[in-house]
Formats: sequence, structure tokens, C-alpha cells
Amino acid sequence: MLEGLLIGLQTALSFQNILMVIGGCLIGTFIGMLPGLGPMSIIAIMIPVAISMGDPSAALILLAGVYYGAIFGGSTSSILLNAPGVAGTVASSFDGYPMAKQGKAGKALTIAAIASFAGGSIGAILLMVFAPALSSVALLFHSAEYFALMVVGLSAIAAFAGTGQVAKALLMTIVGLIMATVGEGALFNLPRFTMGIMDLQSGFGFITLAMAMFALPEALFLVLKPRTTRDDESGKITDLRITRQEARAIAPVIGRQSLQGFFIGVLPGAGATIASFLGYAVERNIATKEEQEEFGKGSIKGLAAPETANNAACTGSFVPLLTLGIPGSGTTAILLGALIALNVTPGPRLMLDEPQIFWAVIMSMFIGNLVLLVLNLPLIPYIAKVLSIPRNYLIPFILFFTLMGAYIGQNNATELLLLVAFGICATALRFADYPLAPLLIGFILGGMLEDNFARSMQLYDGIGFIWERPMTLGLLVIAGLLVVLPSYRARRARLRAQGVADGD
Amino acid sequence: MALDRWIALILAGICLAYGYTAWFTMDGSLAPFMKRNPIWPSTFPKVLSVIGLLASLVILLGLEKSESSEPDIDYRRLGQYNLGQALLLLALMVAYALGLRPLGFLFSTAAFLILGSFFLGERRWVVMLPVSLIATFIVWYLVQQVLGIYLRPLPGFIGG
Repeated sequence: MLEGLLIGLQTALSFQNILMVIGGCLIGTFIGMLPGLGPMSIIAIMIPVAISMGDPSAALILLAGVYYGAIFGGSTSSILLNAPGVAGTVASSFDGYPMAKQGKAGKALTIAAIASFAGGSIGAILLMVFAPALSSVALLFHSAEYFALMVVGLSAIAAFAGTGQVAKALLMTIVGLIMATVGEGALFNLPRFTMGIMDLQSGFGFITLAMAMFALPEALFLVLKPRTTRDDESGKITDLRITRQEARAIAPVIGRQSLQGFFIGVLPGAGATIASFLGYAVERNIATKEEQEEFGKGSIKGLAAPETANNAACTGSFVPLLTLGIPGSGTTAILLGALIALNVTPGPRLMLDEPQIFWAVIMSMFIGNLVLLVLNLPLIPYIAKVLSIPRNYLIPFILFFTLMGAYIGQNNATELLLLVAFGICATALRFADYPLAPLLIGFILGGMLEDNFARSMQLYDGIGFIWERPMTLGLLVIAGLLVVLPSYRARRARLRAQGVADGD
Repeated sequence: MALDRWIALILAGICLAYGYTAWFTMDGSLAPFMKRNPIWPSTFPKVLSVIGLLASLVILLGLEKSESSEPDIDYRRLGQYNLGQALLLLALMVAYALGLRPLGFLFSTAAFLILGSFFLGERRWVVMLPVSLIATFIVWYLVQQVLGIYLRPLPGFIGG
């Protein structure tokens, strides 16, 4: 391993590759900050550039840098504008945006930067140590387990999304899954639920839906109810520093979430998005009673958890890509395409045949994280200047960027009408206090969920896989418990509040 | 009935229509050889429609008590907010969607940004016009030249 490390250092520290890391991180951060342009679209756009370089290590280093930068930029726009362009940073806005509203935007961005750095670096160490071992664990998983695992993820999201409104969150998840079935599935080659409309043949666009669920209602809320406090507070992002006490509070969160996020990222299908939501939910559940009250209102733990987890998961998602040749997420799927175009076949033999690629990527992860921390922390006051743009200009520009994001992704003007229609629906849902994140997650996971379900149905010729595979059954039972338990606990709490106090 | 239960009613209706398609009409067009498959295109939607219906009924019947939180905006007093501005902006977005192709990117975007800030009450034309025009041009340059995604810059009748 030491030998591999040295090879990697030698490759990654060449002048060209350092430039690649820095350039990739900067491009990723700036484009990722624009709501709607997620890592997937940025990497897709950068692929022609990367392929034309002809050097696989340099190309992969550049793309990995872009990936990190985009995730970091995405959390910046989540925190400052509550407009996450990337599903993986949706959870960061739960607590990051309230912090920004309270005038603590600088602190929120610092915490995000530190948490991302720690998550990414610890993830890279874990990748180095565990890549071979983890690949053999992931090999034990069949599509039945993937299906069950996604069900667990979805029910966890539904169960933790709202306080005492599990049914609403569950319904939103189902609506997301239903929307994912619209269009042509990969498995059947049959258009479903398109109502004969050609533009729905390929389904709804993810970016369109993400914009409509988050950025558009937020902009409309800004129009409906101008925030008068905004004008006095903006412009002075002074409180960049975090206190020793706060550092001590988030340190264990970062430690736990780096591990958890990394391992979730390794599992295909469960990428940065699930990791960040699960990380948020877990940290919220194990926090003390007083700290739980803080969550959703600007808790530093609630911000550090998803930020750490999504960066660790991004690193983790490289494990199946580099060791098995199986992409674990949409982003790594695009990376896989780029590698194949460069005549490199990722898989178990990659570490033996072309160790310089494998180790250079790992070393560039460390360098990339360092670049993000060193370049972005000093830049934070300038990035936060976005907040001091007057409302009269900010709102048209947010609306314009949502429109552009939807248009660039699909190059289709009908997509823009869909965006407006969904945006109005989402605003109505927000009025009625429905959580919107479960809808988007359901939509993202819908396709993979159905694919794995279909595959296991075919393998076992029916629904039998559920009881024939104990691991699947166990995971599904956990999923059921996750949905039922919160309402059971709420009922008990209510009964206790009515009657005499219990012993505890 | 509160808004959330109205929405649950609408979603229950959607689930019913979706479920009706999945359970009764979809399988008719299935090729005979595909009927031997243990999984049909309608299998997964069938499951979804049942769970979705159950969840919306739970909300509709108020089976799950939730503590009412103070929302950001109270929809019952919607008229007291800047509803007119919001509706104007939405109409502007629809107009942009319809006009983007025929009118070209540069014209429609500049018009969108100018009218958008005008609707919001901006009257300082000296600031508004240059900001909108420069932003339009920069975005067009970035998307078209740097990213290489084609956006028709000028209206069709000028030859853009």
C-alpha cells in the first residue's frame, strides 16, 4: 500500500494534475452554486474537455475535483438561498438556511466548509483502507437486498422528515415514486402514464422537478412576504469564526457522519442524498432533548451532519466504481462512461493493472479537499455577498436561473411550462405544510427501486424473494418499523401528556 | 376543511386514477409473451397506488394527530401578501417559456429580467437596464460559447 501511495503522490503532484484539481474545484464550486446545475450536469458538460486531454489520471482527477466543487457550491446555495441545485445538499438547507436567516450565514458557511473537508478527507482515508474489503461485502448484495435497502432509505426519510406528520411525508414519497413511473422505463420499453403526451415520453426531468420543488416556491415566498430584516443584516458576514465550544459540539458529529456517510455512499443507489438525510435524521435522534428542539431552526449539528455525510458519501461512491466497475450513483455512472471512453476499464483489475490511476485519484481527493478548504474559506465573505443583492434583482435572477437550469438540462421549452406548473403545486403543498424533500427523493430513487424490484421478481419468479432471503426480509421489517414507530411514540407521548406522568 | 386535507383528497383522487390505470386498463395492451413474466409494467404502480391511497386516507380522516406549527405564510390570509406580484411573475415565466424559442434568447431574457424587477417595484432604469442587459449577455456567452449549448440568440425573423 505504501508503494501505491508513493506512486499516487508522484502522479497527483505533477504540475499539470495540481492545476487540474484546482481548476476542477473552482469550476465545480462556481457552477454548482447556481441552483439547478448539479454535479451530474457539470460533469457531463466537462466530459468532452476531460476526454480530449487523453490522460486518464488527469481526466479522472479533473472530474473528481469538479464533483467535489459542485457539492460544495451546492451547499453554499442551499445555505444562502435555500435553493439546493443538488439533491445531496437538500438536507443542508434544513438548518443552514435558518442560520443564514438569523444573520449567521458566515458561520454556517464555515461549518459547511470544515464539515465537507473532514468528511471528504476521512472518506478518502477509509477508501484507501477499506476499498478491497468493502467490495467483497457489496458483492454479497443482490438486487433483492438493494430493493429492500432502498425501501429502508425511503421509509427512514418519510419517518424523519416531519414532526408528527409521517403520513404526509409518506404520501409525498409515494407521489415522487408515482412521478418516477411516468415515461418509458428501461426495463419494459413501454411508455406508461404519459396520457399520450409526447413530451412525457422520457419522463419528468430531475432538474425541473428539483427547481420546482425548492427554488421556485422559495422565490415565490420571498415575493409574497418580503423579509424586512434582510436589508439590515446582509452585507456583514462578520462572524466567520466558530467558537471552541461549537467546534467541540460538531466534532463527534463529523466523526460519526464521516463513517456512516462513507459506508452509505459505498452501497450503490444510496449515495450522497440518502447519506445526508439519514445523517441528519440520526444526529437528530441521538441529540439531547434541548438540541432536538434546535434542529430545523439553525442547529450547527444539523448543518454539520449532512455536510459531512454527503462529502463522505461522494468519496464512498468511488469504491464500487473503482473496485467493481459498478457506478453507485448517477454521477459515478457518468464518470464510468468517461473512463471507458479513455480506454480504462474500472474493475477489480484496475488496482493491479494501472495502480497509478487508482492511487492518483485517491491522492487527488486529499488535495481537492484541501483546495476547497483553503480557497473557499477565504472566499466565503465574497460568496456570501449574494445575500446583499437587492430583492428586486435577486428574485428575477433566481427565477431566471431556475428556468435556465430546466431549459439547459432538457433543451425543451415544454419543460419550462412543467416547471411553472409544478412550482405552483409545490407552493400549495408548502402552504399546507407538506414536506417536499421526500417527493424528490422518491422521484430519484423510483427508477432504481423498480429496476431492482423487477430483477428480484424475475430471479425468484414471483414475490418469494422477500421470505427466501433473510436479509431482505430483515431490511423490509426495519422499513415497516420506521414508518410505524414515530406515530406509535407520538401516541404514547400524547397519552402520557393527558394522564399522569409515567415513571421515566 | 383545512387545505392539507383538501390536498390529500386531490392526491387520493390522483392515486385512484393512477391505480385504475394500473389495475384495469394498462395490462390490456401487454404482448402475450410478456404476460409470462412474473413482473409486468403495472406491478409496481399497483403497489404504489394502494400505499398512496392508504396514506392519503390517513391524512383525510385525520387519523394522525400532528401539532400545528406556525407556518411561514398563512394561506387563509393570502390576499394580505403581495399576491399580485407573485401572479404577475408566474405569468411572466409562462410568457418566457412560450417566447424563448420564437423571440430568441437575448431579447426574451433581457425582457424577462427587466419586467421582473419592474413588477417588483424597481424604477431606477439607470441601474436596471445595464444590469439586465449585461447579465443576459454574460449568461448567453457562458452557455453558448463556454459550455457549448446552443441558444438561439436573436428572433427567428431576423435570422438568429
